[in-house]
Amino acid sequence: MKNQASIKYAPAADSSSASHQKKEFTISVFTENQIGLLSRIAIIFSRRKINVESLNVSPTEIEGISRFTIVIAEVEEVVSKLNRQIEKQVEVLKSYYNVSEDIVWQELAMYKVPTNVISEKAKVERLLREYGAQAVAIRSDYTVFETVGHREETDGLLNALAPYGLIEFVRSARVAIIKDSEGFHAKLKEFEQHEPSQEVIENEYLDKRDEVFTM
Amino acid sequence: MDTLDIKEAAAPRTEKSTTLTGSQALLEGLLFEGVTTIFGYPGGAIMPIYDALYDYHDKLEHILVRHEQGGIHAAQGFARSSGKVGVVFATSGPGATNLITGIADAMIDSTPLVCITGQVFAHLLGTDAFQETDVVNITAPVTKWNYQITDATEIPGVLAKAFHIARTGRPGPVLIDITKNAQIQQFEFTGYEPCNHIRSYRPAPKVRKSYVEQAAKLINEAKKPFVIFGQGVILGEAEKEFTAFIEKAGLPAAWTILGESAIPTDHFLNVGMLGMHGNYAPNVLTNECDVLIAVGMRFDDRVTGRLDKYAKQAKIVHLDIDPAEIDKNVQVTVPVWGDCKETLPMLTALLDQREHKDWLAKFRELEQQEIDEVIAPELNPTGDVMSMGEVIKVLNELTGGEAIIVTDVGQHQMVACRYADFKQSRSNITSGGLGTMGFGLPAAIGAKYGAPDRTVVAICGDGGIQMTIQEFGTIMQFGAEVKTLILNNHFLGMVRQWQQLFNDKRYSFVNITSPDFIKVAEGYGIAGKSIDQRTDLRAALKEMLDHKGAYVLEVMVGKENNVFPMVPQGCSVSEIRLK
Repeated sequence: MKNQASIKYAPAADSSSASHQKKEFTISVFTENQIGLLSRIAIIFSRRKINVESLNVSPTEIEGISRFTIVIAEVEEVVSKLNRQIEKQVEVLKSYYNVSEDIVWQELAMYKVPTNVISEKAKVERLLREYGAQAVAIRSDYTVFETVGHREETDGLLNALAPYGLIEFVRSARVAIIKDSEGFHAKLKEFEQHEPSQEVIENEYLDKRDEVFTM
Repeated sequence: MDTLDIKEAAAPRTEKSTTLTGSQALLEGLLFEGVTTIFGYPGGAIMPIYDALYDYHDKLEHILVRHEQGGIHAAQGFARSSGKVGVVFATSGPGATNLITGIADAMIDSTPLVCITGQVFAHLLGTDAFQETDVVNITAPVTKWNYQITDATEIPGVLAKAFHIARTGRPGPVLIDITKNAQIQQFEFTGYEPCNHIRSYRPAPKVRKSYVEQAAKLINEAKKPFVIFGQGVILGEAEKEFTAFIEKAGLPAAWTILGESAIPTDHFLNVGMLGMHGNYAPNVLTNECDVLIAVGMRFDDRVTGRLDKYAKQAKIVHLDIDPAEIDKNVQVTVPVWGDCKETLPMLTALLDQREHKDWLAKFRELEQQEIDEVIAPELNPTGDVMSMGEVIKVLNELTGGEAIIVTDVGQHQMVACRYADFKQSRSNITSGGLGTMGFGLPAAIGAKYGAPDRTVVAICGDGGIQMTIQEFGTIMQFGAEVKTLILNNHFLGMVRQWQQLFNDKRYSFVNITSPDFIKVAEGYGIAGKSIDQRTDLRAALKEMLDHKGAYVLEVMVGKENNVFPMVPQGCSVSEIRLK
């Protein structure tokens, strides 16, 4: 799995480079399912006063392996250092960081709106159609809609519904699939060997050194 | 009950099993891991373990400390002098929280420890039970790994994992919190199996040959190569490999205070101490070398000074076992990720035989300047009051550099690191990263248990000694032959020095009064003496060293002496001040 190679290494000295602007990174961490690890990973960010925008912990295609999906806005140099601090945790198998172009991602949002507003105002109905919202609960006093999509999309409907008596809004953490990932099965097999192969102990950082090394 | 035959107990998964309590299984595991000495303090939630320990007293030596902080510093001293894993026991709540300073110290200084804490019964977790503290979460940021055991059957496996994690890779402290029910619970013990693989943990990364080759090329082409090394050389037990490396290519080598003693003080390529109070030449020439080779060190800010003016002219090679250290503080040209015991010989094999005479001479030239302006006046003062440096000088003459020097934190620490002579590795034990006052005395006690045949001198200031002075009680009860040398300047000297230099001599709460240390020692049954005359110095130090048993020597030194050279905070290493 070489997906992390899609992020080009940029030397810190190049201060004009895009790597010195904060942008959104999605960190995917594959871990043992262990009590206390959530706190250990959270501490890596909070200790450095870095805000976690979104955090999701889920199972993976492999039983017993958990997947953390963490979104932060930071410069790449910092993200790469955080990634290595995450990998340093004993129970972390592997951690990747990606920019949005490298991943397929979704967030789910739910909106609770008074039912009478929807039934009376044609504009609200149009909005819901426009944003692809689906009703998940309909009661005489309120209706709950959901949308799934990127932040701009779920935010868009939130803003649009605001003038119509929106009662409650909630959005889930991001979940993301890395586009060129081949899944974690093969990787895990190698981790289970006593003598991991070169591939397992790969270091994305070192790999990229080939490109930047100058004599 | 009798302890089990180890071989029998360790036989893997036979039908043979023995009924043990969790506490007994823990002690069997410790024996299997080769533990001989435990530092600890009992309390309610760890009582079942102490009850089991009663039957193991002939196999496991337990040193009852006077405070848990003393216990963990002793375990650190033990680990640092012996190279083994230090073990400490504490009870839940306050017992466990008293360990925190030492755990944090061990974490930042990569000291292998296994800390065992008692915890309230599992069914009481989260109820704010008596002496309940969330130890696993409190210690998460300062442990390499930690785990709470609530069922006795987990004990052998978790303990094996703990030792494996503590001692492999970049070592560090590990904590196991065991609820009281798990300590009491009986289970079928089928044997202790040591751990040598955890699938999510990669302690010893494979070495990339291509980077070793690139590093060798840089070093071979260098005109002014300079090696800076840290504790990684000692932790990797790579002292010989390191010496061969610098000798083959004629590389001047300077040390961080944790790396000190990895090569002898008088080695012809040893060019001294790095950092804020380090030697003049290695600091200045850091900014003149063309290739800087960092071995098992982490570019701490006390070593680098201002980062944006640190070795900017140099290509940097960094050998480290911890990938997270590569590029963390200093952007490197070639990272050689791996255990230096493995990477150094690979690198040495590719190096050309060189001497770099002119370059080495440059170090000696600057060294002479430091000798003239700083070292000579410090070691041979002409005034009436004694200097810390001259005390260390006489100590060197009497020990021949064979002693283990354990220091506390402050001016005396810098002076001891600067001037103490060392002939063998694992001889300088000091709190580097955390700078823990109170470390010296208990760490020296532990160091003595870790290296019982060696002379152990604890060098402390009048401030730091008072933070853990209760450990005289541990010496009194168990007889550790620790020589405590108190350098008393009636001040919290390092802070006072900063206040003098940077706060217009506004001496804010640095004037500390001390008890009569010799009377305190006497109260603990420890012999001692206090001197304030230079003429008494040699005889007093000799008496301290020759005395059978522990000894406390207080030496009154200059009140307002400063440690120089100094790289002021926020300055570049090459802006080091000689006065």
